[in-house]
Amino acid sequence: MKKFMNSADDFLKESLQGFGAAHQDIVSCHYDPNFITRATPTKEGKVALISGGGSGHEPMHGGLVGYGMLDAACPGFVFSSPTPDQMLAAAEKVDSGAGVLFIVKNYSGDVMNFQMAAEMMQGPNESVLTNDDVAVEDSSFTTGRRGVAATVVVEKIVGSLAEHGGSLHECKALGDKVNKNSGSMGVAFSSCTVPAAGKPNFDIGDDEMEFGVGIHGEPGRRRDKMKSAQEITNELLEAINEDLKPEANEEILLFVNGMGGTPLTELYLIYDNAKNMLDKKNIKISRSLVGNYCTSLEMQGSSITLTKLDEELVKHWDSSVHTAAMRWGV
Amino acid sequence: MSVDFLIETAKKIQVVINDNSSEIEKLDQEIGDGDHIFNVQRGIKLVIELEPTIKDLIMSKALNQIAMKVLSGIGGSSGALFGTLFMTMAKGNAIDEGVNYKKAIEIFAEGVEAVKQRGKADVGEKTMMDVLIPVSNCLKKGVEDDKDLKEILKEAVEVAEKGMFSTKDLLATKGRASFLGERAKGHIDPGARSSQLMIKTVCESVINS
Repeated sequence: MKKFMNSADDFLKESLQGFGAAHQDIVSCHYDPNFITRATPTKEGKVALISGGGSGHEPMHGGLVGYGMLDAACPGFVFSSPTPDQMLAAAEKVDSGAGVLFIVKNYSGDVMNFQMAAEMMQGPNESVLTNDDVAVEDSSFTTGRRGVAATVVVEKIVGSLAEHGGSLHECKALGDKVNKNSGSMGVAFSSCTVPAAGKPNFDIGDDEMEFGVGIHGEPGRRRDKMKSAQEITNELLEAINEDLKPEANEEILLFVNGMGGTPLTELYLIYDNAKNMLDKKNIKISRSLVGNYCTSLEMQGSSITLTKLDEELVKHWDSSVHTAAMRWGV
Repeated sequence: MSVDFLIETAKKIQVVINDNSSEIEKLDQEIGDGDHIFNVQRGIKLVIELEPTIKDLIMSKALNQIAMKVLSGIGGSSGALFGTLFMTMAKGNAIDEGVNYKKAIEIFAEGVEAVKQRGKADVGEKTMMDVLIPVSNCLKKGVEDDKDLKEILKEAVEVAEKGMFSTKDLLATKGRASFLGERAKGHIDPGARSSQLMIKTVCESVINS
């Protein structure tokens, strides 16, 4: 394992300290329990948005704390859910009295820990559970689809509504709507190494890819031989389209996300190839996002997210945002 | 059951888990994400470090401290599930008036029921519940049938092992292994294995006492 680290025990702390210092105009990091808030207090009457999850997916979620998006983020250990004491401490700090909306990715550990926090919390709170990963079959008898990159889209759009005075109930409803309108699928070329583990999470051959991979390198639909970028992109989009069923002339957001180890050069190439295919189907790309937003440490790979847009969603997507990882309109 | 017993047993569990750590890690890398062993090891270490804080506390307070430590110190599913187990046991009826083995079995069974609710998992879903639920049922049955304690515990050790092995051919429907579908078959669930080792250690430490 080659990583920039001094010791596995201090890995997260030092990274958080660096993040807090580098973006002190936007965020403030709190320790024991660990959580990240905006540098300025929540304004009176604004619903507070809190997300969180295992570390190793940066910039999600700490990099999405700031004006127009999250009020707080709770980072767990690498690839391990945060704990209720973190959410409770964060909620206490950022709740202005208008309530707290938890945005949770559908992974068992995250769901259980956020649920316990919600049970222990005194004030009004709601949760949005994201489950955009179409690689996994959904069923009421299973854990169901994973929450992956569309969580970033949910946080942006709901963040805008909260900033513009949306009630707790309205924010929850919009979050559910964005999630329902989104589908994602990823592919990995290489594995990733959790610092404490010291060795790769899974083995994968030089000529192989994991199709439908999750954001911790957990397996997806199948192990395939490598293919051309256009073929891979087509297959990802076909899987998403099959689920999301965008109609001809429907407007969508095309989000090409990097997993951490794939250069932007390739992500833009994927964007080009995705546009080729969507153009053929007359699906209109009206908004775009390309970059490393929902990563899996140093994993080589990419995911594509499509979100079906309407006027309301476009308005909130376009509105100003000022976070460490996303900034426009300011 | 005393607070001393809890601490001493945690120390024994630490040895057993450490002895089997590479096996559990490998199981988790096959069908999970490889963090289970670290979570379990961290949790046990934190509980043992609580010794000076809890050794003179009454049972309900000691269990509650263990619950909060496990919950906040582990993270992931293990933290929430084991935290729920201890938190429920801490709420057991009249436990501060003394915990004989019947009482211990009663509060353990209540804890397991709460864990089942928290994780929304039942027997047959390839999780630690494939060990905990049969063990809880076996212990309760033993008490109902008025069996000798050591007999009950020996049986529980066997039931735990059987439950652990049963996860091998199951399809996972809960937890991260569920994303694998058919590919999870043929692998023992790492949570079932670590739970079985813990159950075995607790039971044997009573049998040999």
